[in-house]
Amino acid sequence: MSVRPLSLLFRLALGAGALAASLAAQDTIKIGEFASLTGKEAVFGQNAHKGTLLAIEEINAAGGVLGRKLELLTEDDQSKPGESATVVKKLISRDGVVAVLGEITSGRTLEAAPICQNAKIPLISPGATNVSVTAKGNYIFRVCFIDDFQGTVMAKFAHETLKLNHVAILSSVSSAQAVGLAKYFRERFTADGGAIAAEPKYGEGDKDFRAQLTAIKSAGADGVFVPGYYAEAALICKQARELGLMVPLFGIDGWESPELIQIGGAAVEGSYFSTHYSPENQSPAVVAFNTRFKQRWGLDTNALSALGYDSALVLIDAIKRAGTTDGPKLRDALAATKDFAGATGRITFDAQRNPTKSAVVLTVKNGRYAFVQDVHP
Amino acid sequence: MSEFLQQLLNGLSLGAIYALIALGYTMVYGVLRFINFAHSDVFMVGAFIGYYMGKLVPENTVWGGLIVLVVAMLGCSVIGMVIERLAYRPLRGAATLNVLITAIGVSLLLEYSGQVFFGATPRTFPAVFPSVNFTLGGLVISSNQVVVIVVTALLMVGLQVIVYRTKIGTAMRAVSLNPKAAQLVGVNNDVVISFTFGLGSALAAAGGILYALNYPSIDPLMGVMPGLKAFVAAVLGGIGNIPGAALGGLLLGTVETFVNGSQWSTYKDAIAFAILIIILLFRPAGLLGKATIEKV
Repeated sequence: MSVRPLSLLFRLALGAGALAASLAAQDTIKIGEFASLTGKEAVFGQNAHKGTLLAIEEINAAGGVLGRKLELLTEDDQSKPGESATVVKKLISRDGVVAVLGEITSGRTLEAAPICQNAKIPLISPGATNVSVTAKGNYIFRVCFIDDFQGTVMAKFAHETLKLNHVAILSSVSSAQAVGLAKYFRERFTADGGAIAAEPKYGEGDKDFRAQLTAIKSAGADGVFVPGYYAEAALICKQARELGLMVPLFGIDGWESPELIQIGGAAVEGSYFSTHYSPENQSPAVVAFNTRFKQRWGLDTNALSALGYDSALVLIDAIKRAGTTDGPKLRDALAATKDFAGATGRITFDAQRNPTKSAVVLTVKNGRYAFVQDVHP
Repeated sequence: MSEFLQQLLNGLSLGAIYALIALGYTMVYGVLRFINFAHSDVFMVGAFIGYYMGKLVPENTVWGGLIVLVVAMLGCSVIGMVIERLAYRPLRGAATLNVLITAIGVSLLLEYSGQVFFGATPRTFPAVFPSVNFTLGGLVISSNQVVVIVVTALLMVGLQVIVYRTKIGTAMRAVSLNPKAAQLVGVNNDVVISFTFGLGSALAAAGGILYALNYPSIDPLMGVMPGLKAFVAAVLGGIGNIPGAALGGLLLGTVETFVNGSQWSTYKDAIAFAILIIILLFRPAGLLGKATIEKV
């Protein structure tokens, strides 16, 4: 008998909790965000977060959506595998968010995708470029282009603009993204008549690449494609130059970070990478975003801040069109997004929930990024 | 041929750093018979002391670099002694397993305090030593690689002198051989153990600075992988044996580099560690270790 009053009390508490939650939900629309605010991809996570937050603040300043204000709940996954699953579960089950924004890496987005899919909560990733991310289910979207596209772009750029024929690929053995990029680069580059000189691998967290670079040098490669992140890319450029490997090095959007230039110094000069966005672009959407971002954060914009910004705006646009925050209806509205003018270009989702858009190639010149060209696949 | 020599040089400079860290593991094991897992995090703290010191001295000067090196070594030897005093001394006489778990705890404490105090973002290590590249035939040698090999060799010789030619070294060996008997003949065990930790931590700091010079991106978890490799190097060479640790480090660095430079780089750690397993199958006490019979 002693159990009964207790269980009654428990139910009462539960009911009160649910009531409080539903009352709070009337006040604001809760949007979840998970980002690598600390850890090795902190620079990217911070940028994307600042873009996302700016978009939410702008919409709130303009009166919100559906007559309600937006509330952004941000969780830090510390750039660690495993952590994003935990924080996304918390966002959905405890905080009751209507949609989730994040992450900038494919690996951690892939962890969160099944959780969002099962809960029927739309997930929009600002920067997960791996092909398999949106294949996890029909609730998973992204505003960036996909890996095969960046691999294809750099293969086309290396062959047509840099006139290279014999390129080596130096990639991480354990990153889902690098494996995909290397594959699509190889396919396009060999289809265009080029050859792959060597394809050495490195492990997660490696800092010594001299062995691989020495092998690349003796294979006689005329360029090196490095589909990795800035921390490795900067060290790779530095060690390549130290070993007297003077051929062009080029990579992907993961290179874009002030640390690339800080760590790499003179060694990264003249390297190329593809990315989603260039602040030097003179289109009205980019100019406006530049000014507002500078006002809010005192910083210049980059690809990640623009993608973070677009991910939030695409979601808000869908909430407006859906007229509700109900998961399935919101998903349908998102899937119907067409020609949405974001900071990174016009976004239309295809049947696989990937956007169709173009890429830009940047280079490092005098310690700054400089726009080289637009590349269409 | 020049590729082979280049890879050998790459391997030796990487191995020299493993050797330097391995010496710390081996010394503590030699005296106390336990693995000080916090060693690789003292290595990280050394690199961070170097990072902050590097801002105070002019860059690209030999004396500036030496000051950074010495301050980091002194700082870390104090930290090493403090860790020993607070975490390990109260456990003197307890089961080895308890001390081992404490060591893992200290390691995690340092790693995550590092994330709080230094931040988790990778930092750029300043170029404290002047750096030049020179070519010799087809061989490209960077001055940092030379610095690593020379400093490691000097510290190793210094360590041999301390252990075999000084009074405190004799005391260290006595404690290692039989702590109770050493105490009976008037050796102050606490002082000897404290000294061992100080010395080992100073070597870790030197390793941290040299590692950061070669790979100038440092973060609070930077010690984990090199620490693991160095531990393996110490076991490979025969744990408790100083030349063994050096040999193990150089061997591991060289094997790893050659596998990395080959077409099997995907399996680099797998191959490197498979070779270690094979060596240990044939020489269970390590390359230079003496197999001792456990007295019951």
